[in-house]
Amino acid sequence: MLMNPLNAAVAPRGRTVLLSSVSSDSHTWNLVFLQLLLEEMGHRVINLGACVPDELLVRECSAIRPDLVVISTVNGHGQVDGARLIGKLRSEPRTRDTPVVIGGKLGITGGAEADGMARRLVSAGFSAVFQDDAEPAEIGRFLASLDHPAPRHPVAAS
Amino acid sequence: MSTSGSFAGLAARRRAAGLLVQPRMGFSDPRWMRAGLAAVRRARAATVGTLTLDSYTRVKDYDTAERALADGYPLNGYPLVTHGPDTTRAVLDGIQGPGFPVQVRHGSPLPDDIIAALVTAGLDATEGGPVSYCLPYSRVPLREATASWARSCERFAELRDRGVEPHLESFGGCMMGQMCPPGLLIAITVLEGLFFHRHGLRSISLSYAQQTDARQDEEAVAALRSLATAFLPDDTDWHIVVYTYMGKYPRTHGGALLVLRAAAELAVRTGATRLIVKTPAESYRIPTIEENVEALEFAGAAAAAEATRTPPDPARVPDTGIAAEARQLIEAVLDLHPDVGQALVRAFAKGYLDVPYCLHSDNHGRARGYIDEAGRLRWASVGSMPIRGITGGTREHTVGSSELLSALSYVERTHDLLALRSQDTRTSDALDAGTTAADLRQA
Ligand code: B12
Repeated sequence: MLMNPLNAAVAPRGRTVLLSSVSSDSHTWNLVFLQLLLEEMGHRVINLGACVPDELLVRECSAIRPDLVVISTVNGHGQVDGARLIGKLRSEPRTRDTPVVIGGKLGITGGAEADGMARRLVSAGFSAVFQDDAEPAEIGRFLASLDHPAPRHPVAAS
Repeated sequence: MSTSGSFAGLAARRRAAGLLVQPRMGFSDPRWMRAGLAAVRRARAATVGTLTLDSYTRVKDYDTAERALADGYPLNGYPLVTHGPDTTRAVLDGIQGPGFPVQVRHGSPLPDDIIAALVTAGLDATEGGPVSYCLPYSRVPLREATASWARSCERFAELRDRGVEPHLESFGGCMMGQMCPPGLLIAITVLEGLFFHRHGLRSISLSYAQQTDARQDEEAVAALRSLATAFLPDDTDWHIVVYTYMGKYPRTHGGALLVLRAAAELAVRTGATRLIVKTPAESYRIPTIEENVEALEFAGAAAAAEATRTPPDPARVPDTGIAAEARQLIEAVLDLHPDVGQALVRAFAKGYLDVPYCLHSDNHGRARGYIDEAGRLRWASVGSMPIRGITGGTREHTVGSSELLSALSYVERTHDLLALRSQDTRTSDALDAGTTAADLRQA
């Protein structure tokens, strides 16, 4: 279900962003919106769509080697699905160091335990966790911060 | 036709008790699920019960569902297959019965395990469809979903051999929840009704989800009724179910109730049998039992108030071509193949049906809807659908992220604003007719 760009052209300094839901989540308006937003910022977006199995995401991520993976999920299972998924991405040499962020509605309680959840997801391996009320444009700031990356582990040979 | 079956007496109950109201309620803990069903049954409204299934069950990921239950992690619905028939029978025992039917709502493109599990647990009513539970819900190829739904319908229809009339509702009147103009919604739900009939079902409901404009919605439900009458074979026992708005929902309590009231009024004015409600928690989390009961009672009261008003003059609702558009789509699809399932698969391949903004790879994805200056949901572009010009479709232009979000938020924004304004004045027209205790409490 690789999608063509919805609208805009890629800017010269544009990044490649892999955008995806998690395996149990079929919501896609969030993905369509984020794809448009990221494209308008000049980035190239590959949108994997709804109900993406972990294996498919790991495979696409290994093949595409994006600058950033954005996981967006709102069905309330993001905490469980996200933690499992990031474990798989972090255990693959080719995706171990790829920046991966997650956002949306990650639990079913309306953000009641948001802080604990965010901490668990970061310690499971996410580079950043955005809550439901986060300004989506913050992904842009996160991408900009990648221009001055902190020293990270060398990426395994490609 | 057999007489038993929990949805069999629905029409009579509707006549006697008023609009039937039903939640989208599902909890992973069986004790909560049972308490929720009991509370819905007790609610002061003519209610139907619901078991809404969780997202793991919908994608057949029973391992994760089981692990989440073991870890005490709450799911977004009731894991019917994982809990097994004994647990589900215990959840329903003494609650489900002739006066209180219970329907399983899910969202699975491959429903075989779910249909088998609900039949084993003694249930006989569910929801879905080969298109409406595939394109907005999955990445399963439409051809596979169609084959699976055909087999599952036939298996479900076997309940009749045991003297039970199974009921199946098409979810086709929802497609993505928002931004899909009415003509296509109507065509898909009627075509799914034909598909259900072709695969043995005789007790069927067709759906329509409230959109952005009350008059347009009235015209749409009337069109659905006339097309269902024209296309469904005479031996079909069918009714119409209205869904309260399925898109991005108001954030204020008052705004949420205003949308719900408009949905109840739509259902009554158009003679629908059932209304599926939404709660004021919709915009941000899974609702509690109490929130579901509040929504059901509010909708029941709003429906009762509407029923005492003068029935609408049919001439009040102008014909803007919705029925003609839906009929054109239905006929174009049926012409593609004598088997309606195969016709549906071909129709999507050719783009004769094209759901706006649906990312599924079997959907062309060229059609686009927009909300016009008057607040009506219309075609900006119809892609390859054979309906250009009937109600619109010549306004092609590129939609950016902020315009999209603004369209998705139209219902949310307008109703939240209305609610905040009426909070200031407390005399708003919107809130004085049929105001219930619930919104007075909020006002
Ligand atoms: C439309 C809709 C649907 C449609 C989806 C169609 C489709 N293919 O997309 C349909 C009807 C099919 C549907 C189905 C279901 N839904 Co639904 N759905 C909605 C609804 C009404 C609107 C969502 C929407 O379109 N939003 C528009 C987009 C643009 O905004 P957004 O998703 O909110 O995302 C914003 C932010 O979260 C943020 N964001 C999102 N991701 C990210 C990522 C990053 C990195 C950042 C920075 C920001 C960010 O940016 C976006 C713009 O501001 C919401 C409730 C609501 N919001 O009103 C429920 C809702 C999301 N659904 C819900 C559920 C549970 C389901 C179901 C499981 C059924 C059920 N049990 O009720 C099934 C899902 C099946 C599955 N396998 O997952 C719940 C989730 C509960 C929770 N998390 O606590 C909600 C909240 C409703 C509710 N209160 O119960 N749904």
